[in-house]
Amino acid sequence: MLSPAIMRSNALSPMQSSSTTAASTTTLSILPDAAKLVFRGKTEAIEAAGAHFGVKPSLEACRFAAVGGRSVHWLGPDEWLFQAVNEDPIEVFGGMSAALQAQACSLVDVSHRSDGIAVAGPTAALVLNHGCPLDLSLKAFPVGMCTRTVLGKASLLLSRSEEQVFHVDVWRSFAPYVWQFLDEARNLS
Amino acid sequence: MLLINCPYCGSRPEAEFANGGQAHIARPADPMSLTDDEWAAYLYMRDNIKGLHHERWRHANGCGRFFNASRDTTTDVIKRTYRMGERPEAEHQGAKP
Ligand SMILES: [Zn+2]
Repeated sequence: MLSPAIMRSNALSPMQSSSTTAASTTTLSILPDAAKLVFRGKTEAIEAAGAHFGVKPSLEACRFAAVGGRSVHWLGPDEWLFQAVNEDPIEVFGGMSAALQAQACSLVDVSHRSDGIAVAGPTAALVLNHGCPLDLSLKAFPVGMCTRTVLGKASLLLSRSEEQVFHVDVWRSFAPYVWQFLDEARNLS
Repeated sequence: MLLINCPYCGSRPEAEFANGGQAHIARPADPMSLTDDEWAAYLYMRDNIKGLHHERWRHANGCGRFFNASRDTTTDVIKRTYRMGERPEAEHQGAKP
């Protein structure tokens, strides 16, 4: 059997070399692959999931919590994304589903659905605002905030990990488009 | 761009939302007891209100949840948004019981 690690290829790998090299202060980089699980369930189940995963999920809307390479993103009032950077999706999923056996909830492995981009630099928010209508000022979109939103014609998950660093998680088929969009935008701003 | 207040996420740009048509239309409890005309009315007939209209919206590119909004169809001003299962503050004219 083919190992999933061999089958997995990042949709953004061809993009990096095609990017412009102009002197923009905003950098784009490909985020490492991660195990990604979408969880849906009520309070008791999310607490059990968080306890097993080692990260306490935010019950506040549009916030994420992270411990080391593991993070939990709030997606909706009963929906969270569990992410484990550089971990094997099969192992993470297996452990989680065993821990949630007694709970009424849903857990779906979406590790291969999306790829991640880090947008970093003093004008990162301005670059994203070329296609994203959200208010990305620190007051409206503080560090630790995450939300699904739009960028141009694509839907994506946007989070702010540092004052000048945003992470974009986008479905594979939209990833090259979003990369090119941001690459163009960063050279305009 | 209009700002719409998602009951879960707060004030967000219109581009993230999808309209879901008129709200508070309950599926008949016993469809088999309905005439074809009554069933067709349930399926297709909707109010066409000038003024305050209660409708469903979905925060499609956000939390993904459906909610209700009371929107004035003459000014496009959304007076209030509220969660599924809650009732509107003011029933619109011509609302069926
Ligand atoms: Zn929302």
